[in-house]
Formats: sequence, structure tokens, C-alpha cells
Amino acid sequence: MRAFEYSSPRTTEDAIRMLSADGAVALAGGTDLLSLMKDGAAAPSRLVNLKAIPDLTGAHETDGGLHIGATTRLGPLGEHRVIRESFPAVAQAIAGVRSRQVLSMRTVGGDLLQRPRCWYFRAGFGLVPMHDGQSMAKTGDNRYHAIFGNAGDAVFVNPSSLAPPLIALGASATVLGPDGERSVAVEDLYRTPASSDESEFTLGAAEIVTGVTIPMRSSNNATYEIRNRKGFDWPLAAASVAVSDGGARVVLGHAAPTPWMSAAAAGALAGGISEASAQAAGDAAVADAAALSGNGYKIQLARVAVKRAALAAM
Amino acid sequence: MAEYVWPAAGDRLHIGKHISRLDGPVKATGRAKYAYDVNRRGMLWAIMVQCPHAHARITAIDTSAAEAMDGVVRVHVIQDVGTEIQWAHDEIVAVAATSEEVARDGAAAVKIEYEVLSHFVNERAVDEAPDAQPAQAETTGDPTAAMASAPTKSSGSYHAAQIAHCSLESHGQVAEWQDEETVTLWASTQAISGVASQLGEQIGIPASNVHVETQYMGGGFGSKFSVDRWGVVCAQIARDTGRPVKLMLDRDQEVSVAGARPSTHAEVSTAADADGNVVAWDSKSWGSGGPAGANSPPLPYVFSFENQTHMHTSVPTNTGPARAWRAPRHPQACLVTMRALEDLAHAAGMDPLDFFLKNIEKTGERANTYVEELEKGAELMGWRDRWRPRGSATGTVRSGLGLALHTWGGRGHRSNCEVLAYRDGLVEARIGSQDLGTGTRTIIALVLAETFGVGLEQVKVTMGRSVLPASGASGGSTTVGGVSGATRRAALNAVDAVFERIAPKLGTEMANLELKNGQLHFKDGAMAAMPWRQAATLIGVNPVSATGANPGPGQLNDSGVGGIQMADVSVDMETGVVSINRLVAVQDCGLILDMKLAESQVYGSLIMGVTYALTEERVFDPHTGQMLNPDMEFYKLAGIEDVGEMIVHMMTGPGYDERGVIGLGEPPVIAPGAAIANAATNATGVPINEMPMTPERVLAAINGGMA
Repeated sequence: MRAFEYSSPRTTEDAIRMLSADGAVALAGGTDLLSLMKDGAAAPSRLVNLKAIPDLTGAHETDGGLHIGATTRLGPLGEHRVIRESFPAVAQAIAGVRSRQVLSMRTVGGDLLQRPRCWYFRAGFGLVPMHDGQSMAKTGDNRYHAIFGNAGDAVFVNPSSLAPPLIALGASATVLGPDGERSVAVEDLYRTPASSDESEFTLGAAEIVTGVTIPMRSSNNATYEIRNRKGFDWPLAAASVAVSDGGARVVLGHAAPTPWMSAAAAGALAGGISEASAQAAGDAAVADAAALSGNGYKIQLARVAVKRAALAAM
Repeated sequence: MAEYVWPAAGDRLHIGKHISRLDGPVKATGRAKYAYDVNRRGMLWAIMVQCPHAHARITAIDTSAAEAMDGVVRVHVIQDVGTEIQWAHDEIVAVAATSEEVARDGAAAVKIEYEVLSHFVNERAVDEAPDAQPAQAETTGDPTAAMASAPTKSSGSYHAAQIAHCSLESHGQVAEWQDEETVTLWASTQAISGVASQLGEQIGIPASNVHVETQYMGGGFGSKFSVDRWGVVCAQIARDTGRPVKLMLDRDQEVSVAGARPSTHAEVSTAADADGNVVAWDSKSWGSGGPAGANSPPLPYVFSFENQTHMHTSVPTNTGPARAWRAPRHPQACLVTMRALEDLAHAAGMDPLDFFLKNIEKTGERANTYVEELEKGAELMGWRDRWRPRGSATGTVRSGLGLALHTWGGRGHRSNCEVLAYRDGLVEARIGSQDLGTGTRTIIALVLAETFGVGLEQVKVTMGRSVLPASGASGGSTTVGGVSGATRRAALNAVDAVFERIAPKLGTEMANLELKNGQLHFKDGAMAAMPWRQAATLIGVNPVSATGANPGPGQLNDSGVGGIQMADVSVDMETGVVSINRLVAVQDCGLILDMKLAESQVYGSLIMGVTYALTEERVFDPHTGQMLNPDMEFYKLAGIEDVGEMIVHMMTGPGYDERGVIGLGEPPVIAPGAAIANAATNATGVPINEMPMTPERVLAAINGGMA
């Protein structure tokens, strides 16, 4: 393992300054980064611990909605009154994590910014692994890979538990960097890289997510996951649905290189949730899905996840 | 002269009771030291460099950068230039350093070049295999004619994926030389005595100079019988450097190279007469567990039919080689046979319980046992009230029932035991056996205490060292019969020896003495009974010693069990997710020494069975031939939420007890997959023929092969 520096700043300003060094990486719960380092898939020269910054943790109501600090742990967040009462989509996504250990350590920011679980990536072949000029995952074993947004060579899936419900609920992320603070829609944190040299996130150098804000808009919302194991396991499909007076949003997880928003599914739910519209939303969600060589079953699972998320939200 | 029998049912002090593992507390508190926990002064850590290619020839090895690193003490080439490598993750070089971190850096600095050769890792596509090895068909009767004239026929293809052992504790050891001729190996092994002999031979010292120590072990399941290349390399580096060396496999190595259960694929046709009697069986199977392919599964399994034929093709692949996996070949054969017979029962319009009972005589000598067990299982499952014909269930989530039969041998292995009785009243067994975590230590203590008629606190078990009286490898369900037979005989002899020594001092004859319930009794009533600890003082300063062996006089153990299992599962028809509601296991294993340990074996087997039935498989990359899931993330083991309710019933009493002790390690792990697959088939109404039954495969079956 490459030797690294470790720093634990008390303020975000110090954190940004420390992250400006080459090879510096932010460390929150460590549930992803530490395993990447152990596997040799990440070799940072400096870890900047964000957990000691008081401003970054905890959830509180503001004029703009429920603000959740980036280092708030998933376990406690799932118990938060507002989350339980108003945003069951978030609570259900957290419940889907299943591991007590992960719930105790994984943070909101870390969940949103965790790296894909693609087995080619984890084995060191890169995020867009190529073999003889072809996408290694497309021509290899892609049973867990993308059914949307997979026309190019990148076919990994975004693994975040929280991104689908937060995007469905219209949440924004606060991003802080050397040039100051900006607010972006959660969905705009993600991009599809063209090669392994590119990032799957839109964050600039030394930028961190300091928190997310969920607008306090009344909605029917829910998340539904389909997993092989009932215990700790990555979903084969996940969907979050939120329907309010302002319209509907449907977001799929584990389906594309980014959290995948389905306007067609949202359209099917615009008139309200019923058995029929839930079914229609599921069908609409996968109308433009495209199977790779070995993941056709995921289209069916995505359809069902959307339908059941909608029914759960009803 | 002792009579070598087990005590009668009414005279048992410990046997058959629910006794907890004696080493539970030290394991639960972390005080038990496993091989990985052994740290010696000045110890080096060794890390192995693995080949990234599934098939390649080594063309160059450059160790200079590693050797130049601070802290690297030794770079040991395991397989040199020119060697043809047959599977990915094979070990090429080992780097020993003063810390684990430096050893890893050193391993990363070794440069190895390969000529990459073509590989084959997907044995499912048997037609593409470069080196498939078909065997002669084995045929009895005339299956073709019987098939042609039978009114009821069925056919199907059934598949069990290649899986790994994935023991919680990986393979490995610490080696330390005492002098130029003597080495100690703290190893995670199922065979301390065998490993001593193997290592001695391979490094050129007498086997008696190799001391293997295994006090506690985190499972082996058949993968840890050999000293292995890494054991030899560890000892060699320790000798070369004059320092103790620790070499343990990482998880990715463990599941890639340290053990696999071969896959089995089979196409089966069966036929029955108008009464539901099976009259013909025809199977063609193939499978692979690495470069050596795979031996034929025993098909048909449990049953023998008047007209049957079976043909197997072994398919070599460039994957980490197979090792014995708990009940080798049986779980796969059980899946194929029980699924095929369930399909035939369905074709005959019969409840499979009736169908199996109808054909039970074809199981041979264990038919009566199966009948008793099926009746007990049906009662525990509520089968008669709850079973419905295949496809009767409606709705999105559908439940169904399935059953399967299994068999195993389990005769006790060769074992030797020395028993010492001390004047402070302590009785000690010395036995060169290992305890894989199954409770062997507890069994030995229990038999010793039973024979001396004392409490478990009066006995001590010294085991886990190859210098102790030799005992066989722990595999094939042979340990409990072997160690209990040897211990019982040694203990009976030791009781006699104690009597011989103390009788004169008590002014009586040996034959007048008897030990029970912690007391020395005088059969003639001439003296009042005295506590064992008081009687033991008469032994004197030299302890009494006696030995015993298995096999030996008297029938203390036997071979051959039959068990049945039933599954109640639910299948989500929209997602293909299979959920276990309830598993019932009814098992015989002769005389049960410790009911709690016996039940634990069955519970553990059911959990392991749920795992290979629903989630577990080795996935290989077509491009590189590397295993894509050499981790605990996508090599999926069942968690507690996945296993459902488990009901275990052990057959005991007349007809079972008098057979003596029979092993239980393998039998209960054989049938869960088959029972679960039959239940999933019953629930969905479509044949669920492939393990693991992932949502992908179940959906494909539900959608008629169109996932």
C-alpha cells in the first residue's frame, strides 16, 4: 500500500486547502475508499478526513427545506423524524443497505460519491475497461451492468442508495471548492465518462459536497429495491418515485452509469398513482432500455421496481 | 477385560445430551488463537505474486526491484521461467518482508512477463471445449426399450454452477525452524498428521521432525488436506532466512485457487409405468472443476433402477483446481436426480411424497429409514395438508413444497488415543486430531468423561498437534466415528488400568470395581462408594496410561446414513426472487454423542445449502479467464435473513442408537439445493433447474427461457 498523509481539519476552509494538493482525497465514512485502497484501485497521497468538521454533520430544517450535512451517517439519518414522516423514499433506501456496520459509518456525501461496484473496475481494469479495442464489460460478463445510457463504452452502474430518492425529491447539493460555494441539483453531480481517465462526477478539483437540501414539498414518495440476498447485497434494480402537486419524478438506481431519471415514467404518474398508472410507469420506464449480452433480466426488474415504488408511494 | 460397547440408553451420563462446545467461550472472546493469530518474534510476512492470465507461459521474472526494497528479506521464485500456467491467480513468486505492508509492496514490484496462451473457462459450452473427455456409458438393463414402452416420460436438463469453499479462515500457516532439522508449522489444516508427512518429504527432513499445530480452525470443508505449495514455500523461506514466516492467503486467492466444487450439467430422461414405478433412467452429464475436469457424479443418486444408463464427460478448464467439497459430487447428483424424479412424478400426476414412497425400495438397504424419515418430515412440514400440484399457486408471490433424499457413508477413520489418569482426579485424552470447528474437542471430552463416569470439568483434551497419537484427516464425515472409537477404547482400557493399580490398595479385585456418577463403587457392597477424586489419589505420582485405537474391538461405529429434507419456498413471479420460508431436515447418524453439536451440523449445512442453492457461484471473465467475483461482495454467501426457519429432527432410539457412531459432516449439506429447487418448481409451475437460483435464472424459467 502506498504511504499517505492523513489530516483531519476542523473547518471546511482548511479541508479545501488541504485537498488542493495533488493526490489528495476526501475521506468520510471510508466504507468505499478504504476498500478501494486495500484493493489497489485507489492510491491517494493524502487523506483529508471530513468527519471532524462540526458544520458538516447533522440534519436540520431551514427555509429551503431539510438540510443534511455531508458527513451525517446513514443510520441516524434513517431515524430522523422528518425523513421518516415526509421522505419515506430516503428512509427506505437507507433501510435497503441492510448492513449495520455500513449504516454506522457511511455518510450522505460518501454514499452519493461512492465509486461503481463494476467488477472490472474493482479488479483494476478501469471504469471504462477496454480489451482489444472493445468495451470489456460489454463483451464480457455484464449481468450487473447498465440497461440505460449504455450506448458508449461505459456500462457500469451508479451504486448510490441515496441518489435516486434525493433526485426524485428534487434535492440540491451544496458544493464547496477553492472558488467558493455553489448549489447544484443532485442529478447534476453525475456524468458518464468516455474513458477511464475521466471522472463519473462533475466535481472540480478540491471540491467537496458539504450537504444536500430536500425541499419541504409534500409528496407521495417511496423507494423499492430488488436484491438477490435479503441481507447486505447490491440491488439488481432500484427505483424512487415522488409525486406531488408539482408533478412526478421517477429515478432508477443500478440501471445506468448515472442515476437514471425517467421522464416517460414520470409522465405516466402525472395524473396520480393508481394500479394502472403504476403499471404504465413501469412499462414506460423501460421502453427505451437496451440490454447488453447478459443483463436482459434487469429490464424486467427495473420495470417492477418502478411499479412497486409507485404503489408503495400511493 | 473391558467390553467395548457404548453405555445402554438408561446408563448414559453425557451421551445424547445438548452439550455446548467446550471451546465456545475462548472463541467468542477472541482468546482462541487461529493460525493467522500466531505471531513469533522476528517473524516475516510473505505475500505471493499471482499470474493474471488463465493460461500462459512465464517468459521472464525480474525480482531486482523487490529485492532492493527496504524491509524485503527474501524473494522466492515458486514457478520459474518456462513454466506453463493453467489458471489465473496461480502463485509465481513469494516475497517475504519485515511487515505485511512491505511484503505487499515488494510483491507489487516483482515484474513477470508471460506469453499469453488461449484459455477455456466456460464449461457450460461443452461443444467448445478444447479437451472434453467423454467416458464410457455405464448401463444396466435396457433403458432404451424400457423408455420406449413406458406410458409416463419426462426429460430435463439440470445445472449446478462451480462454487468455492470460501472458508471463513483462509489457507495458510506460520513456519518456524527450531534447528536445522526441525520445523514447527502452525497451519489451518484438516490433516495435521498428513501435513507433517507431506512437508517432511517435500523439504527433505524426517516427518517426525515436522511439528504441525492446529488448535482452532475456521473451516475447511474439504479444501485443507494438503500442505500445499504455499506451506512448502513458507517453510522454505523460513529455513532460508532463519526467521519465522507467516503466509496466509488473501480472500481473492482463497476463492480463486484454494478450492472449488466442480460444476455439473446433466440431461436426463426418465420413465415410469402406469403405477408410478420408475422403470428407466438415462443421463448424460458433464462438468468441470479446473484443469483436471470433474469426476462423474453418482447418477442416478440414492436410487438404482432396473434399466439405467449414465455417461459423463469431464471438461478441463483453465480455472483454479477443484478440491473435495463437503460430500464430493453428492449435492450435484442430488439436484439432478431429485429434480428429474420430481419432474417424473409431475408427469405421472403424483404427489412427489407418494411417488418417492412408491419407489423407496429402489434405494436399497436404507429404504425403511427413508420411510420413517419421510413420515417424520411430512409431519413437521405439514406436507399432507399443504402440498398442492405444481402450478396451483396463484398471485405474484407463490409458495410451494419440495423434497429430496440423500445418503453418505461416514465410517470412523483410523485414530489413536492415549488416556492418562492422574492422582488429582484429572483424566486427559491425548489425540493427534484437529477440530475444524465442528466440536471434535467436545466429543472427545464427552466420551472420556462418560467412560470415567465423571463431569466434563474432570477431563482435559490435548489435541491439535502432530506429535500426539496419530489420527486421520478430518474429511468425509470420518472424524467423529474415529476419535470417539479410539477415545472410548483408550478410556475403557484406562479405567481397567486404574482398577488394576488401585484394587490391591483397596484390598479388593479389579472386577469388583466400577466407576459411575463420579463415584468408585464396590459391586459386592463390602465398602461404601468413594468419590472418584479420593479414589484417584491411590494412583500415585505416576499417572495411569492406556491407549486405544479405531478401528478396534467391538462395534462402536458404523457406516451409511439416509436423510430427507423438505423445503417450503416463495417465489416472486415478477422478480424471480426465491425466499426460503421453512426447511425441514430429518437425519439419522447412528448413536448421537452430543445432540446440540449434531443439530448444529445440520443447521450449518442448511445455511450452506441455501447459499449454493440461491446465490453462490464462481464467475469467470471470458477475456482474461480471471474470476470476476473473488471477494465476499459478489461471491454471495447467504446471510441470516436469507435462511428462513430451520427445523431439524435427529432420528434416535431403537434402530438407530445400536449402530454406534456415524459421521454427520457431509450428509445434511447434500439435499438442500435439490429440495429448494423442487419447491421453487412446485411454486412457479415451471421447472427451476439451475443452481444458484438467482432472479436472472428464475425469471428466465418463468418467461420460458426468454429473460
